[in-house]
Parts: sequence; C-alpha cells; structure tokens
Amino acid sequence: MSETPLIELRGIERHFGSVIALAGVTVSIMPGECHCLLGDNGAGKSTFIKTMSGVYKPTRGEIFVEGKPVLFESPREAMAYGIATVYQDLAMIPLMSVTRNFWMGREPKKRFGPFSFFDFEKADRVAMEAMRSMGIQLREPSQAVGTLSGGERQTVAISRAVHFGAKVLILDEPTSALGVRQTSQVLATIDRVRKSGVGVVFITHNVRHAMAVGDRFTVLNRGKTLGTAKRGEISTEELQDLMAGGADLAELEGSLGGTV
Amino acid sequence: MGDASPTPQPAQAGQAVARDERVKDISRLRKMMIRPELGAITGTILVFVYFFLVASDTGMFGPEGIMNWSTVSAQFMILAVGACLLMIAGEFDLSIGSMIGFSGIIIALLSVSMGWPVWAAIIAAFVLSLMIGAANGYLVIKTGLPSFIVTLASLYILRGLTIFISITTTRKTIIGGVKEAAAGDWLAPVFGGKILTGLFSWLADVGVIAKFTAGTRAGQPVIDGVPMLMVWAIGLVIFGHILLTRTQFGNWIFAAGGDAQAARYVGVPVARVKILMFVFTAFTATVFATCQVMEFGSAAADRGLLKEFEAIISVVIGGALLTGGYGSVIGAALGALIFGVVQQGLFFAGVESSLFRVFLGVILLLAVVLNTYIRRLITGER
Ligand SMILES: Nc1ncnc2c1ncn2[C@@H]1O[C@H](COP(=O)(O)OP(=O)(O)OP(=O)(O)O)[C@@H](O)[C@H]1O
Ligand SMILES: [Mg+2]
Repeated sequence: MSETPLIELRGIERHFGSVIALAGVTVSIMPGECHCLLGDNGAGKSTFIKTMSGVYKPTRGEIFVEGKPVLFESPREAMAYGIATVYQDLAMIPLMSVTRNFWMGREPKKRFGPFSFFDFEKADRVAMEAMRSMGIQLREPSQAVGTLSGGERQTVAISRAVHFGAKVLILDEPTSALGVRQTSQVLATIDRVRKSGVGVVFITHNVRHAMAVGDRFTVLNRGKTLGTAKRGEISTEELQDLMAGGADLAELEGSLGGTV
Repeated sequence: MGDASPTPQPAQAGQAVARDERVKDISRLRKMMIRPELGAITGTILVFVYFFLVASDTGMFGPEGIMNWSTVSAQFMILAVGACLLMIAGEFDLSIGSMIGFSGIIIALLSVSMGWPVWAAIIAAFVLSLMIGAANGYLVIKTGLPSFIVTLASLYILRGLTIFISITTTRKTIIGGVKEAAAGDWLAPVFGGKILTGLFSWLADVGVIAKFTAGTRAGQPVIDGVPMLMVWAIGLVIFGHILLTRTQFGNWIFAAGGDAQAARYVGVPVARVKILMFVFTAFTATVFATCQVMEFGSAAADRGLLKEFEAIISVVIGGALLTGGYGSVIGAALGALIFGVVQQGLFFAGVESSLFRVFLGVILLLAVVLNTYIRRLITGER
C-alpha cells in the first residue's frame, strides 16, 4: 500500500516485571479500514491497544502517527493525536443523560457576563444529530444512558469519539457482552465509521464478528503477531484455527503469504 | 351460523410494524418518577397538609410560627446544600458537625479572648475550615479510603481539638460576649443581621403583623426582618442548583460521583472536583456556625452535634442516592424544609418530642427505599 498509515506500531514489546506481555508486535492502521485484532485470552490484545492509546509506554519499539515518530506520555496526549478508545464497561455513566454523557469533559459553554453555563440547546442538538447519523433514534436527549440497550450505549460512545475528532478508533471487545441484534447494530456502526475515513481497531474473540466487518485481520498469540491477512485471503476456519493457538500454522503459512 | 356473524379481522399489520417492538415510550407517571425531587415534593405537600389539619390553631402558621420553623429549616438547608453536592460527587463528610463547633470557637476565641476585630476572626475561621475541608478531600483522594472512614476520623479529631483549644485557652467550653465584640463590625451583620426591616415595620404599622405590647421591645413588630441565615439558605440553594444543573462543573460533579473512572477517561479532573466539594461543604458548615454565633452571641465547643447526619438525612429525603451520581439541590432543600417543619410542627401540635426521632427514622427508610427503586427504573438493573 502506498498510503501512509494513520498509526503504525513497529516491534512493540511490553514487559510487566518478568512477564513478557508483548514480544515484538507490528501493526499498522490505514484510513477507512477496519483492522481486527484477534487472539485467545491473555494473548496481549488489551496490552497492545493500551500501548497504542497511551496508557502503557512500550518497553521497546516505535510508534508512528501519520509517518512521524511519537511517544505518548498519557492517554490525553494520544487523544490529541486522534487516537480514541472505547472501553466496554467504562464508556458511559448510566445515571446521566445521553447529552451529559456525550459531552462529558468537553461541555459546550455559553457566557452570560462573567458566568459561563452549559449550553444545553447546542449540546442536545449536536448529540441527537450524532446519534441519528449512526442510525439511532433517541426518544429524547435527556434520556438516561441506563435506559439504553448495550448496543445503543456502545454506539453513543463510538459516535462521541468520532464527533470529537477520532482518526483511529479502538474498540476493545465491543460485542462480547451483546446479543445478536445488538451485535449487528454495533457492527453496522463500525461500518459507518469506517466509511467516514476513520481507521477502526476492532478487538474480538469472535471470528464471525471479525469476518463481518474486517478489512484486515491480525492474530496475536502469546505476545507475538502470527500474521496479518487481508479480507478474502483467509477463511473463517483458517482464522479460527490460528486463534486456537496456531497449531496448524505450517498449513496456513501459504495463505498468510509474506505478511508473517 | 349465518352470514351476518362478523368475520374476525386480521390484526392490523401496518399498525403493529409502526410501533417499536421494544416498548419505548415511558408512561407519564414513570417519567415523573425519574425526577429526583419527586419524593421530596410529595413529602412537603403531605407534611404541610398534615400540620394545617392538626396545628392550624396553634399559631404555627402565624407570623411568629412561620418564622420559627423557617429558621430551623434554613439551618438544615445551608448544611444540606453542601452535603448534597458532595454526595452527588460520590463522597460524604461526617465532620461538618465538628466543623461547626470548631469554627464557632475560633471566631469567639479570636474576637473575644484575643481582641481581634470580628471580621478578621470570621475570615480566619473560614480560611481554617476551608483548609480542613481541603485536607479531608485530599486524604480521601490520596488514600483511596472511603470518605465515610476518613471524615469519621476528622469528626473525632476536630471535636477533640475544639474542646482542647477552648479549655486550654479560656478554661471554658462556652465563650460568650461575641455580640458586644461585633457591635459596629462590617462583616458580622452579613451573618447575624436582618434585611427588609423597613418592610416589616411598615407591615406592623398597617396591622398585618402584630407588635409587642409589653416588655423592653414594646411597640416593635414581632417580626422585625428576615434573618441573614435565611438569605444565606436561599442564596446557597439557588447557587447550588444552578451550579449542578446548568454548568460544566455541575456535569463534572455528576460524572465524578456516577463513575469516577469513566469520568477520568474523558478528562474530567475528578480529584479536583471532589476536593472542591469537600471545601464547599466546609464552607456551608462555617456559614452555619457564623450565623449561629452571631445570633446567640456565644460559641460552644459542643455545637453542631449530629448535624452531619441531619444534613445527610435531608439530602436523602431530597432524592439523592447514597452511592453518588444522582440527586438534586432543590430536593435536598425540600428535605431540609420537611425536617424543620416536622421538628417544630410536632412541638406546636404538642406531640411528645421523642416521637420526632421515630418519625425521622421511618421517613429516612422510606426515602432510601424509594430512591433505590427510582435508581432501578433509570438504570434498568434488577
Ligand atoms: N498490568 C499487568 N501486570 C502484569 N501482567 C500483566 C499486566 N497486564 C497484562 N498482563 C499480562 O499480560 C498478558 C496479556 O494480557 P492482555 O490483557 O493484554 O490479554 P488479552 O489478549 O487482552 O486477553 P483477553 O482476551 O482475556 O482480554 C497476560 O498474561 C497478562 O497476565
Ligand atoms: Mg483484553
């Protein structure tokens, strides 16, 4: 590919004391792609995306944002580069309204003399629009997030990230706790986001969810990349086998081509 | 069977599809239930109706009676505003009662015993207690311990220190003479003064309110103005309500108490919000203490006993969740009103005063059950 990746991580290692959580992982995210990160429990997926979003500093390895080398000191700094993460359980506060959640930390203000107030008129309007563009029809913006379904909550969180300028959107297992209908809602949201040019990193255990929206698939195993495959180069069964621990790795070498 | 028998119509398919199968519209009643103040509004109405029925002939709703229970309610209200915002931010302060005793003693000690001007003594008391509030907040944030425990420690430390300071410097736990010291002071009337005195003497002149007929104050109206205590109460309620519901900071208060981790992830300065709310709670306690010292003309080391619980009870009656993230300043103010009206009303009605505690316990239990139910409605948890 000739385009510069939105973000590229090369040879990332991360050690926790004697535990080597990541042992040299290389992944790049292109604009408008959905990059699926697969792997068994403990493979290092969460550790990897936390490195990507500035929570952890890599023990070794380099990070490039749009071709330039960077070092994230904090999640805030990563966010300033347009790297946004949606955590499944920490995304939303159920007792607060959709508008309050959507704008949390970045509330729009309007001034009255020396005082500044939360501009609810603008906040409600923009939040409703953002939801609608993701295909969610809200009853009212003052509705508590707790009354939304799990899929709708994910969508609110995703549209919030996109609205605030995410270029790379990281989703850590957004579908793992959802039913069939809500999962398809989230997958549809991922598809919309991708089409707007955002690079999506989609972490999942579920190969079928990955196959439904993924453009490229990277499988992690025990802190290492087993390889990255493009859509169409690999079948669901092959991906499943890879995830199961790369037992049949030799058999798959061919289909993964030179990307290993 | 004839042809006349109506053939059953197939269900109107079009209509069925137009409706969302997940029943989405909430009934009016349910929507009203989700307001935090609802319980307090209902409670206020019930309490007033009750006392109108049982105590309307006792003078409870005459000018002096009204002044009596609204003064008590205003006291509860001042403390409830601070406790309410702090509770919504996810924390408690059990030391506000001790803070009241402490601030009062500081004011009296500095002004009466050490001869400071009263305004300087008041400012010093505020500075000290705001610092204690900040220390409470800082300790809670740094240790990560429940604020319940940290401020329980402050409750004892501060009360003990107050008595110790008072005894070692004056050999007493009650320091009088503040009224005399405050004569002519510019700051003292902000807490101990009255406003609208002209209006009230006019009301007495035209006969709307009575005048004293005997004693040293003969000829003066029985109510000669609105005490600053009430002005503070109303001012703080308005300030707290606007801060909470209409500003960015208010959103941060909800966020800090609703889920501190989620709030931190989106850049809300949770530690700063919580510490500031501890400071604000200390501020309300000191306002209370200063008004009380100016009214009584004295300070006592044991003042403010149990006030922390009365404030928390007002807040909970007002619909706030003990777990944080949800509540209303207006609700807390109504909770304080219920508290004051019932406490004084039972006195007017001649009910055995010990029953007040029974009433309080029962209403607290009811409020918590109702709030928990409302929480389930909102979050959909079972
Ligand atoms: N803070 C930490 N301290 C020590 N070890 C850690 C830490 N975080 C992760 N690890 C270890 O690193 C390895 C990778 O963990 P990680 O959470 O990244 O896996 P994962 O692929 O996200 O798994 P899952 O699918 O269960 O979410 C695990 O062996 C884990 O025990
Ligand atoms: Mg994980």
